[in-house]
Amino acid sequence: MTNPDIKTESHESVDEPLVQIRDLVYRRGERAIFDGINIDIARGKLTAIMGPSGTGKTTLLRLIGGQLRPDAGTVHVDGQSVPELAYRSLYELRKRMGMLFQNGALLTDLNVFDNVAFPLREHTQLNETMVRDLVLMKLHAVGLRGARDLMPSELSGGMARRVALARAIALDPMMIMYDEPFTGQDPISMGVLVSLLRTLTDALGLTSVMVSHDVQESLSIADYVYVISAGKVVEHGSPDDLRQSQSPWVQQFIQGKKDGPVPFHFPASDYADDLLGGGS
Amino acid sequence: MLDQLQKLGATALGVAERLGRGHLFLWHVLGGFPALLPRFGLVINQLFSVGVLSLLIIAVSGLFVGMVLALQGYNTLVDFGATESLGVMVALSLVRELGPVVGGLLFAGRAGSALTAEIGLMKATEQLSAMEMMAVDPLHRVVAPRFMAGILAMPLLAAIFSALGVIGGYFVAVGLLGVDDGAFWSQMQAKVDLHEDILNGVIKSIVFGFVVTWIAVFEGYDTVPTSEGVSRATTNTVVHGSLAVLGLDFILTALMFG
Repeated sequence: MTNPDIKTESHESVDEPLVQIRDLVYRRGERAIFDGINIDIARGKLTAIMGPSGTGKTTLLRLIGGQLRPDAGTVHVDGQSVPELAYRSLYELRKRMGMLFQNGALLTDLNVFDNVAFPLREHTQLNETMVRDLVLMKLHAVGLRGARDLMPSELSGGMARRVALARAIALDPMMIMYDEPFTGQDPISMGVLVSLLRTLTDALGLTSVMVSHDVQESLSIADYVYVISAGKVVEHGSPDDLRQSQSPWVQQFIQGKKDGPVPFHFPASDYADDLLGGGS
Repeated sequence: MLDQLQKLGATALGVAERLGRGHLFLWHVLGGFPALLPRFGLVINQLFSVGVLSLLIIAVSGLFVGMVLALQGYNTLVDFGATESLGVMVALSLVRELGPVVGGLLFAGRAGSALTAEIGLMKATEQLSAMEMMAVDPLHRVVAPRFMAGILAMPLLAAIFSALGVIGGYFVAVGLLGVDDGAFWSQMQAKVDLHEDILNGVIKSIVFGFVVTWIAVFEGYDTVPTSEGVSRATTNTVVHGSLAVLGLDFILTALMFG
């Protein structure tokens, strides 16, 4: 199923991580979103990047995809330094990367079939018969071959993400980045997506990077996990390593305890003083 | 005092930065034009939404503006016994000024606002980001066809506005006010010059189409991706687009007829 029109040559040996992030610093205004983080994404594995909301998980995916430039540090994908790539080279690299956005980001004026066909029509000269076959194969893989004529507005949230997943694998990329794939899903959709992510990674030999704060689902399918908070990697290892972590912060995060190193209350003055102060 | 100076400086810097961004954006979009020629279907699709869907408001406005021009012109010309010049007056007013200018204002309100809202919502729903990650440049795939369609549609809409205005003027002048049919058309034919009047009007409408569409697509692309941001960008398109049409009309008129 490898598309002959798409360059698939690898610049690195298979032992090298596909994505190498070193001493990455990224600031938004005065606030450092990342303050010197190091992450390796192994080839052919599913790596989960977890952390509380607002820690910049989506920003990390945008840095890997070259949509944002770091203030310092390096991001290498398949041996190429993403921030230093020229426009054309960056777009060539992106043909080998897929990304699943949180809400699917389907093109609303195209139906399901045309959404999945979009990258094929843009980047290849395949005839329509071939495009049709490929699209139906991708849609079949996510279980939505029968929904090919529906418009995005007619899809449930879970279905939209599965269509977006079919679109992301349309060009047979070397890696896929998933941005919060499980957020806001009902249990059945969640189960379908969890199973799809693992199956696609194994069946297609994909390198998968998933950012999520859905702890149990992520730990159940990931090969390796990074936990980031306040701009730093606070823990990394296999899901089992993480479950046995001695870090109280990691334990609070994994078990979803309301109080711990991350306090329930936003920093404020003393409660009694505040009440007795009369608003002065 | 110092605070006010600081605010003024910050505002000026912000405006200069946005102007610079707008010009870089334009440069990048124009760079996508050659790639559109083999895929002209993309432009035709946009010509439908930018041009054809604006036809109703342009046609109806043109008709009524022409009718009002004839009524007002008749009341003035009748005092001088020059009602046979009514056709010339209506036609010159339309092709030189009102066709491009009122057409441009309506274009900013109808097509410009729609372009901004569409592109802004595509940004807010991450469709543009998704295209970038699919290695498809949204400036070339989404913005460039809309930009080209706007530039092509505006002169056609202005021409339709003027043509229907002349017809509206004819109905009122000849049908209602009893102006001589032959004088209405023959004077118009004799006095309206192809280069001096019609071509200058077409140049005006091309410039207005270019500027209004540029403002519309840039506002959409540069919008803050929230519902409030898209709303503000849409308003900006109509306000800035209309002001640009009026300001440029003065400059172009001074250059062409001054």
